[in-house]
Amino acid sequence: MTYFITQFINGLQIGAIYALIALGYTMVYGIIKLINFAHGDLMMVGAYIAFFALSDWGLPIYLAAAVSMVGTAILGVVIDRIAYKPLRDASRLSALITAIAVSLLLQNACMLLFSSSPRRFPTVTANLPTISIGNSTVNVIVFISIALAVALMMILNLFVNKTRIGKAMLAVSEDMRAAQLMGINVDFIVSLTFAIGSALAAFAAILYLFSYPQIEPYMGAMPGIKAFIAAVLGGIGIIPGAMVGGFLLGIIESMAKAYIPSAFSQITDAVVFLVLILVLLIKPSGLMGKPEKVKV
Amino acid sequence: MMPKKKIRSYLINLAAAAFVFIVVYLALQLGWINSYYRSILILICINSIMTISLNLATGLLGELCLGHAGFMAVGAYTTALISLNSGLPTYVGLTLGILAGAVTAGIAAVLVGIPALRLRGDYLAIITLAFGQIITILIRSLGFTGGALGLNGIPLTTDFPLTYWMLIVTMYIVYALIRSRQGRAILAIREDDIAAEASGINVTRYKMLAFVISAMLAGVAGALYAHYQGVLTPEKFDYNYSIDFMVMVVFGGMGSITGSILAAIVLTILPQLLYGFSDYRMLLYSILLIALMIFKPSGLLGQKELSQRVFQRLGRQLLGKKPQTVPVEADIPTTVVDEDTYLTEQGSGDSGVGGSSTRGQENLPVSGTPIAEAEGKHQERLGLDTQGDEPLTRKHKGRR
Repeated sequence: MTYFITQFINGLQIGAIYALIALGYTMVYGIIKLINFAHGDLMMVGAYIAFFALSDWGLPIYLAAAVSMVGTAILGVVIDRIAYKPLRDASRLSALITAIAVSLLLQNACMLLFSSSPRRFPTVTANLPTISIGNSTVNVIVFISIALAVALMMILNLFVNKTRIGKAMLAVSEDMRAAQLMGINVDFIVSLTFAIGSALAAFAAILYLFSYPQIEPYMGAMPGIKAFIAAVLGGIGIIPGAMVGGFLLGIIESMAKAYIPSAFSQITDAVVFLVLILVLLIKPSGLMGKPEKVKV
Repeated sequence: MMPKKKIRSYLINLAAAAFVFIVVYLALQLGWINSYYRSILILICINSIMTISLNLATGLLGELCLGHAGFMAVGAYTTALISLNSGLPTYVGLTLGILAGAVTAGIAAVLVGIPALRLRGDYLAIITLAFGQIITILIRSLGFTGGALGLNGIPLTTDFPLTYWMLIVTMYIVYALIRSRQGRAILAIREDDIAAEASGINVTRYKMLAFVISAMLAGVAGALYAHYQGVLTPEKFDYNYSIDFMVMVVFGGMGSITGSILAAIVLTILPQLLYGFSDYRMLLYSILLIALMIFKPSGLLGQKELSQRVFQRLGRQLLGKKPQTVPVEADIPTTVVDEDTYLTEQGSGDSGVGGSSTRGQENLPVSGTPIAEAEGKHQERLGLDTQGDEPLTRKHKGRR
């Protein structure tokens, strides 16, 4: 039983990370209907910025996190302005291909700049206490990560639902044309969405590095795909859906890792994709989504 | 019955294909082309098959497939296992292997397609991306596929004539498909799936048809590749390999089969020529893709083909003769750019008339193209050898 509880807590932690990344996917998709394939790689860039802020500039972790979030947010907005904005009225296929190209660009630029050999993220959690559950121990950073992620999501939820700008974001995702007619500055809202999504990805990167302290140019690919699956699981375009989907997927993955015999350990990644296939077969609109009506 | 004109055009194409084959084959036999270039030639043919097959899914059906190397891997491993284990005579085993490779890749495509193709939206991209990852993981962890070490000692039975004629067969299959009733349905889905569905086209079925054929052709390419390389490792068929073919499709022109071949030739030779290119290859490809999407999303050839008519027109221009057909045909190359705009009224981002339309102007009829001008284009396009992108109604006459 204690094994189950530890795995559940681990699942919550990785789920919190997926949820934070999934929020970026879902917000961007909700507004410009684009799967931003580069989102996972934005997380990778965030990890690199945090790494340099910590080890080269010697900043404390909370400042490094802030620098990383701001830097990644700026990068997200720049990517949108340069690569995606010219294609806002183009076909979906063009936009998707561009998103893939941006993802490749980030990966390969980082590989040339920082080499493909992994770097070790400095341990900031060394002298933190551990909490014992039965006969296993869990580092307190796990709880801190979950708490921080949940706090951030609650702030986001308040921001989106209560503030003027947040409501403008909802309006734009509802109907961009109508929102523009109501006097909402759509370009600003799109940029803001990219900025918030990217900052959340950078924050997720730091939480990710607490448990997997390895930084390399392809580190964003797998969490990126999984977070997208989390977004689909919760209902793409729906902000609370991304949170629920993220946590759920994290728990599913953690349980699969714990209870699938180690001989098949490589298959655990496949479990996540099985979730995607099941969602698409059973309820493509996701857990919190409503069936979409298509209009001509 | 096939119309006489169609038979004649197929015969001319076949003769041209045979001519190219004889020239290259003689050059190979006489030793003008050394074994290094021979292997590049074979690689070009295999890459062309892959690119055409991906173009069927992406350019003609309009669905993004990010795991095409995965289907290639399925075909390659199937063939290799048959060749290594069946003990059949070499060429019987090869033929059987290619067929089996196509079939297993097709089955994989059905499994991938069922969840994704029933839905609108970009789910196929994500699910094929996942498929490409899963298939390499699966190959690495299964016992009979040789695991991470891969398969060795596959007989090297792929030679130039085989790959060349498989390429010609591939071209024929895709051409014949897009000119058939089913093919028009597929093109209609690409243009507007809602309108296609409203016209009574079973969208899921035709999406599936195109996607499965596309995957089967990738399986064939994989089979050829297995017997060309002799060694198979799961790492070969990774995400970047799928992207290579995506770059070829986009570069050549989404929807253009001859464009795919041109792009496959250029992008197969280029990495061989440039020393140290491999470090910067993916970086350059990504920049190329972004630039193409922004400035010329239709790729080099767009949906046009290098066909007999293009060569005839070129010949006339070179000889300085005036075109014998209607005079409007002469300035086609400059005006056809926005035929997509005319057709779908959504401005596909081309550098043409509709490309720069800002939001809010979109509700104008053809974003700045007067009706009369559009009609003129319609007329001109009768003389153009574009395949498939013509209004469906006109094509129906006399063909059914």
